[in-house]
Amino acid sequence: MHIKIILISMLLLLSNFASAALNIQHWESNNGAHIYFIENHDLPIVDINVDFRAGSVMDTKQKSGLASLTNHMIVLGSGGINEEDLANQFIDLGAQLNSSFDQDKSGFSLRTLSEKKSEAIDLFTLVLHKPNFDSQIIKREKKRYIASINQSETMPESIASKAFMKALYGEHPYSFPSSGEVKSIKKINKKDLQDFYKNNYLSNELSVVIVGDISRVEAEDLAYKISAGFPENKRAKAIPLVNYNKPQDIKISHPSKQAHLYYGAPIIKRGDPDFLTLYLGNYILGGGGFVSRLTQEIREDRGLAYSVYSYFMPYIEAGPFQIGIQTKKDQVNEAKKIIQKTVSEFIKNGPSPKELRRAKDFMIGGFPLRLDSNKSILAYVSMMAFYKYPLDYLETFTNRIDKITAEEIKSAFQRRVDMSKFSSVIVGSE
Amino acid sequence: MNFLKLIFIFCLVPFFVQAEQNIQEITLKNGMRVLVKEDHRSPVVVSMVWYRAGSLDEVNGKTGVAHVLEHMMFKGTKTTKPGEYSEIVAAAGGRENAFTGADYTAYFQRLEKSKLPISMKMESDRMQNLVITEEEFKKEISVVMEERRWRTDDKPKAQVNELFNSLIFRAHPYGRPIVGWMNDLQNMTYEDAIEWYKMWYSPSNAILVIAGDVDTKKVFAEARKYFGKIPAYEIAKRKPQFEPIQNGSRRAVLKAPSKLPYIQMGYPTPTLGKDGISNQKEAFALEVLVGVLSGTSSSRLNQNLVKKTSKAVNVSAGYSMLSRGGQSTFEMYGTPSEKVSVVELEKYLKLELKNIVDNGVTDIELKRVITSVIAGEVYQKDSVMGAAMQIGQLETMGYSYKIVDDYIDNIKKVTTKDIQDVIKKYFHDDALTVVTLDPQPLDKNKTPKGRPHAH
Repeated sequence: MHIKIILISMLLLLSNFASAALNIQHWESNNGAHIYFIENHDLPIVDINVDFRAGSVMDTKQKSGLASLTNHMIVLGSGGINEEDLANQFIDLGAQLNSSFDQDKSGFSLRTLSEKKSEAIDLFTLVLHKPNFDSQIIKREKKRYIASINQSETMPESIASKAFMKALYGEHPYSFPSSGEVKSIKKINKKDLQDFYKNNYLSNELSVVIVGDISRVEAEDLAYKISAGFPENKRAKAIPLVNYNKPQDIKISHPSKQAHLYYGAPIIKRGDPDFLTLYLGNYILGGGGFVSRLTQEIREDRGLAYSVYSYFMPYIEAGPFQIGIQTKKDQVNEAKKIIQKTVSEFIKNGPSPKELRRAKDFMIGGFPLRLDSNKSILAYVSMMAFYKYPLDYLETFTNRIDKITAEEIKSAFQRRVDMSKFSSVIVGSE
Repeated sequence: MNFLKLIFIFCLVPFFVQAEQNIQEITLKNGMRVLVKEDHRSPVVVSMVWYRAGSLDEVNGKTGVAHVLEHMMFKGTKTTKPGEYSEIVAAAGGRENAFTGADYTAYFQRLEKSKLPISMKMESDRMQNLVITEEEFKKEISVVMEERRWRTDDKPKAQVNELFNSLIFRAHPYGRPIVGWMNDLQNMTYEDAIEWYKMWYSPSNAILVIAGDVDTKKVFAEARKYFGKIPAYEIAKRKPQFEPIQNGSRRAVLKAPSKLPYIQMGYPTPTLGKDGISNQKEAFALEVLVGVLSGTSSSRLNQNLVKKTSKAVNVSAGYSMLSRGGQSTFEMYGTPSEKVSVVELEKYLKLELKNIVDNGVTDIELKRVITSVIAGEVYQKDSVMGAAMQIGQLETMGYSYKIVDDYIDNIKKVTTKDIQDVIKKYFHDDALTVVTLDPQPLDKNKTPKGRPHAH
């Protein structure tokens, strides 16, 4: 009983903030894991999410894709229970097991009915602690990874995204495609997965978020069970600094109807004091859907594209500021010029008082929407937990937004966003 | 409950199902229906206006006009400028979007609860006072053409799907793409959009669905105030459209830049009758079948073709039990593994069906489908948007939202014999439609590498 809908993920930062009324309980386990708990008995559901600092940033170039494959293999058989039986045990409980993965983090989540929580949590804990890393399944999944990489190399968005990250990050691990390369995937064996798991799935790099119909005592017990199964290693591998100084303009031909343009540079990391100011400013520039300047100039005034956007995506280290658009091939140069003009005008003069007022109204007035379900609370608090945001982050959010001035936005953009250092990638150029 | 293809004006949203619905409804004097579901967990509200008009109602030469009108609904009214309502919604902290399907067009806002009147004012205004100028139309039609390029023309699987639909439906309007053929978009005029608006955007053809932290009585009063006085007009009588029986398999090949081949195959199948009762046995048997084949990571197709034998990289199945147009299909999709051709994969997919005819499905498999559905009902309560979506879809498709109450019971009734019977009745080669993707190199001067493609 599900409906599938064509999804377009355009406003990537939409779900980034939350409600002040949320009562977050936080504690640290004796081996360094950070636990966040939001007790709520409205629905008979428990949601758990765990994140490790084990994203593709922990990969090496030679074996890039290892982090992703490890994340993927963890849910495919555990504790001697084979893949099929494991999946069926979750299904028979009515529970849902999911994994997530990005540059910085490797995550796993469980959704269970509260009446089945103890069995579901035991099974979830087993999955996290005792992955089988079955050789036959590794072999099969490597082939599927390779098929998918090969396919992505024919798709203009994927080609553009890969080239853009390469231009921004050179040899830094943020440039590695998160699913790896055909060559690097081929090199990965069972021992690599076991070693990667042992070295990167650490209690002191773990955040656990629990939301829903479960008591504090049970939550403590559950968090203890999960974190106790991982080693502590305070000398975990550090993430290299981003060293970007050579902007590039890359053009790649493709038989597609549209050209895909990516434009930007690595700018900001998590916890940067300028982030909220840039985030608010970017809402006005290109983050605010229908009402952003870029959408106004490109789509509403000229009909040049279905989608144009900009966003800051902070990582543990400097993440990209990215502008993206797809448009008919013969329009891409014109579109790029308009984007450049719009961005440079914004950097030069900042937002108008009216734009700033409206952006604040959006952020503050829409605050309750950001946390209107257990699912959205789980996602939001997990982000806070992983990046170690202060606990009062939510309480102070609207207040801090409200205090930001147009001058501060202008200044932050002028200090941080240097268009002369932007790289651009066009796939499908004529 | 099914498998729908929708087109959104901008970004997005997922979902589904619900027991103890507690939905209240009234019908305004002009025929517009209002349905309200209270949910007080969070101080937010979802407001949706659904029109019973979609690509199903289009005619040849004007395909895509339902979706184009959806875009034009953001372009101003007699008293507001283009985009002005979007600014008002955003300044209220709201999120908004709209989507067009074959069966309906819908507009929605998510707002902090005190802001609900903004949505009512805006939707009631654009329901009766929309202004479509030639100038705004010209810009927006290029946006829609870009959308088509992005959504379909540069995506091989989307092209396969478009071709598949046009092959399996020769007479029925479901054969036409929701976004419209490019040629029709190129030749569409602002008068076509106005004509569509004047045909279908009567309050008597619309349903307002509100879900969230609201007081039902107050919502009814507000709805009367904003929508109650909009004059209704008569909606043209819709003629029944049925696809003639297929006598013989239909096959086509689509060439597009790609590394991997792909297959989409399917059979025409019945949908649940609008009373929720006719065709019930067959529709629910198909619904359970799709769960057994493709509902989870350990369902049959994935388990047998991807995991155990590595015949395929990906496989899945889909079936829509509900439709306003009274037609549906049961489809299977797959990307073969290296050294397996699409012809072989087609054979393996059919063998999975034959295996069920010969040996049935197990009680454990039936139980798993039931368990997932029961848990899914509870999980869906976490989504206010999901509740509103479900009510709106059912009601615009001509069903009652109440049919959901019996959903689990009907799923539980399905036996292995019911499933075998529908396979035997509907899944035969003379009713089969197959479209395969023949991968082409990015560089046209190169010939395709690797194994030859047998068709």
